[in-house]
Formats: sequence, C-alpha cells, structure tokens
Amino acid sequence: MPIFPLQAFLLPLSQNPWTYAVFGLIGFAFGFVLELSGFGNSKKLSAQFYFRDLTVLKVMFGAIVTAMVLLYLSSAVGILDFNLVYIPETYLWPGLLGGVIMGFGFIIGGFCPGTSVVSTATLKIDGALFLLGAFFGVFAFGETEKYFDGFWHSGYYGRLTLMDVFHLPTGVVVLLVVLMALFMFWGGEQLERIFGKRDLKREPRLRYAGAGALVLLALAVLVIGQPDAADKWARIAGAKNAALAAREVQIEPGELLASLGDDALNVVLLDVRSEADYNLFHLESASHVALDDIPGLVPTLLREPAAVTVTVVMSNDEAAATEAWRMLQAQSIANVYILEGGVNKWIRTFGAGEADIAPLAVAPGSDRLAYTFPAALGARYEAAAPSPREWELEFTPRIKLERKRSPSGGGCG
Amino acid sequence: MTTAAPARPRFNLRALFSRPEKPYIHPYLGGALLGVVMFLAFLITRNGLGASGGMNRYVAAVQDAVSPGHIDQTPYLLKLAGGEKNPLDDWSVPVLTGALFGGFASGLINGRVKAEINKGPHVSNRTRLIMAFSGGAIMAYGARMARGCTSGQALSGGATLSAGSWALMMCIFGGAYALAYFVRKAWL
Repeated sequence: MPIFPLQAFLLPLSQNPWTYAVFGLIGFAFGFVLELSGFGNSKKLSAQFYFRDLTVLKVMFGAIVTAMVLLYLSSAVGILDFNLVYIPETYLWPGLLGGVIMGFGFIIGGFCPGTSVVSTATLKIDGALFLLGAFFGVFAFGETEKYFDGFWHSGYYGRLTLMDVFHLPTGVVVLLVVLMALFMFWGGEQLERIFGKRDLKREPRLRYAGAGALVLLALAVLVIGQPDAADKWARIAGAKNAALAAREVQIEPGELLASLGDDALNVVLLDVRSEADYNLFHLESASHVALDDIPGLVPTLLREPAAVTVTVVMSNDEAAATEAWRMLQAQSIANVYILEGGVNKWIRTFGAGEADIAPLAVAPGSDRLAYTFPAALGARYEAAAPSPREWELEFTPRIKLERKRSPSGGGCG
Repeated sequence: MTTAAPARPRFNLRALFSRPEKPYIHPYLGGALLGVVMFLAFLITRNGLGASGGMNRYVAAVQDAVSPGHIDQTPYLLKLAGGEKNPLDDWSVPVLTGALFGGFASGLINGRVKAEINKGPHVSNRTRLIMAFSGGAIMAYGARMARGCTSGQALSGGATLSAGSWALMMCIFGGAYALAYFVRKAWL
C-alpha cells in the first residue's frame, strides 16, 4: 500500500497537532527559497514582463516541472497514492477572469501574494504595502462574492487534468510539459540576450545536465506508467479480502435505511445491475452505473466531501456489487459499503406487503432479480423509498465513518 | 600592549543586519529547489503550496472576532468561519506564516533585510507605494476569484497538471504582458 501521503494528513489536522508544525516547516522552506531566488524584489519580478530578466518564468516553470516529474514518478513506483493528492478543481470562467485580474495586479503592484510576504519579511516597504493591499483585496472579495455567486461557480469541471482534456496517457503529458518548459527556457534565454543584453556564454553549463535529468525522469514516468486499477487492487487485496470475508463491509437494509434518514450523512447509492433490472425496480436515490463505467465515476466520487459521504453499491445479490466495491477501494474512495443481500433482500425486507411485486416461482440464479414486476416502474414503488420513521429494524452497525479532512479546506490557494 | 585572550564574538545585532548583500541564486537552481519543496509538500501532506488562502483565513479570523453575526450571513465567509469553525484551523495558515519566517531567514543570511522601496528609476516613492497597494488589492481579489494565486493555482495546480490551473496560469501571464506596456513608466 502506498505510504504517502501520510495517514495523519488525511485526518483533520487538530487530531495530530504536530501536523501544523510540518506545514509551518514547508512554509518556511517555501519562503526561504522564494527569497533566495530574488522573489522578494519587485524590480526582479516585474522585469519578466519587459523581457529583461526572465527569472519568474524560469523559477516558476522550473518548480512546476521538477515537482511534476517527482510526483508522477512517486505515483508510478507506488509510494504515492495520487488519488489522495489535492488537485485544484477547475472552475473555468472565474479561473480565467481571476487569472487576468491577477496578471493586472502583478504588473501594477510588482508582486504576487506569496512573494509580497517574503518581501515584507525583508523589510521592503513596497512589499508591505502590496501585502496590506492583498489583505484588503481578500476582504473585498469576501464581501462582494454574493453579487456574482452564480458566475463564481460557473464552468465547473471538478478534478480535471490535462490528461483528461487531451485524452493522453500521464507519461506523455508529463514528457510534453517538460519539453515545453525546456523550449520556454531556451526562448527565455534568447529574450534575455536580446532585451536584457545578457551574455549567455557565462550561464552555467550545468543547466544542460539539469535539462537532461528532467527528460530522463519524464521518460521514466512514461515507461513505468501509472498504476492501473488492477495494480492498485493487488497492493491492498489482502486486507480488503479479509474485510469482505469477515462481512465487515456489507451493511444490512436496516442500516442503509437509517443512514438515508440521517441528515448529517451524504449517502451515494450506486446500482450496478443491468439497465433493464434498474428500470424494473430501484431504490429511489440510486444512480444506475454499469460496472464498466465505475472507473469514469472515480473523479466525481473523489470530490464528494469525504468526511460525511458514505457510498453504497448494490446489485441483485452481492456478486457485481462486490466487484464494484473492489474497484472503488482500489481508487481510494473512502467509506464504501455493499448492500447486504442486494436489491433482492431489500425487496424481501420492505416490499413484502406490495401486491405488484411477486417473487419468481423458480430461483433465478446468482445475482439475478428474484421478483417480477407488472411494468418498469423504477422507483415508483413504496419499497423504493420506505420511510425511515416507519421502519425500525434491528441491525448490526457496520459503517465506521472515516472522518477525513477535506483537502482544500474550503479555500484553496 | 596587552594580549587579551581573543574575545569571544559577542552577539551583535547591528552586524547581523548589515551582512554583505549576496547575489540571488541562479533561477534554475531556485526553480529546482522550489520544485523539491513543493514535491515534498504534496508527498507528505497531499497539499501543495499556497498564500492567498492563508491570507483569506487571517482576514476571516479578524472579521469573525469583530462581527461574528456578519460571517454567519455571508455564504462565502460562512464556509471559512461560520458558527464554531476556527478559520485559522487550516493547512494554509501555518504555510503562510512559515513563509514569512523563511523569507526573513534567507534575507538575514544573505544580507538582504534592508528597509527600502524597490521601484523603477522614474517613479516617485509615493506613486510606487500607491501602485503597490492597489496592485495587491487587485491581485488578491483576482486570486480569490480564481480560488488560488500564483502559488496555490499556478504552481501547485501546474505541477499536478490541473487543467483549470494551466488555463488560468496563461491568463496571469497574458494579463500582465497585456498591461505591461501601459505601466512601463513605473518599472523602466
């Protein structure tokens, strides 16, 4: 099982106060390197936009490609579970407009928020004024967001990566980004030669070695490839099969009904049976998902609030649901359970009094629907949405909610 | 002449702040170091780097102290500090605070902690400071609209290959280059 990210950081930070110190150290290193690179100096930053000194481009893209190859390499060799890494979600339109506004602010003020912090720390008065302005801007946004809330939530694509946009494998995108960055570095140096009168002969030759190392690492990411669902399942199969066998993850119909009635929970129901069965009868809030489509659903499930979300998969009995459960476990979705006995047991429990639903005379075989229906009425049966208040069933509680931390903390950046 | 035992160098605050100013490191080295810091952040904690989010939480904390009722009525602030929530209980706060100390430490070691105003040669201090404040306000407003600034979106989203972050990174550079000509007197 991948050891990173560390377990403590998946929980609310207050459970392990030392985690704040780790973030403090990361911030310290962040500020230290920004200052070392000259990012506390507004003249150095603004020179980027007059082609005199492309330090901003070199440091930014240098950092992006370095972190990118190391991250995807860690994922490739199996020490990092990339599904648990926070990827900023895409809200396209506010992102684009906000980006342009940031660009204006950058060239007017000479900093971005992070660099103004280190500038202030080194007593640059213009940096301190920028930082004050930034606090005011943040305050102003909080007070005015309500006037364009619809726009602020527009263009939502969730956890969308460049791999999804271009339909390319991760390794190919990583390599292309590295090559693009190297091309931009080359172009940047030419601009510095022309506009900044820089003598490129005095640049360290070591930078060619660095470029070569980046390409090699990117090639390694490409060759090794990212772990697929089968690889990920293989890493956790032992523990998870034990939980299946001990029936720790199969919840009784009574527990599912109680969970549906719990307003504090966000219960996601996935019905993995055939579409025909689903149309004949399904639980009211269940979505139909073919087994083959489960992997495509993973990005959506990853952005559900993990601390309060319980995902329950169901088939007619349990075979297909168990398969779906394995797939979701492999993708690190938290709090996934199987409906014990499937839809058949659900109907046996809640549909006994319904005249239209009749059991088949002959047992239908494993994971087949054991009832007949007069028409494809879907969820229009009482048994599709029994009232949690009318039914008080005894059950052995199996749901143990892993109260995970929401990585964005409600305000990323 | 008496030869005293070599005096132990005493702590001298003035000397600490007047160390010779060293040049900045090479940008590629800076980029590689920053990349390693960001990689370690993601690897250990699942979160990358950030700045404007932490600022947001400090502002929300002040607002929460001054008028908690107002927070509870503003949807955007409610998420950060509504009810019993402590707006400072978030990873972005120690990262931002750490960055202040890290910047100071590097500045001190390299002799760059010096009260000064960096600006172009043809602009007055007053104009520079007004532009710095307005630029900060504009930048931060845009950063919250985009749900992250150059750190949280461009760097962290860029490294994780978030499509939206790449699009907005292009917009940051586009916006800055588009306006650069018109404010060139401030810098050149």
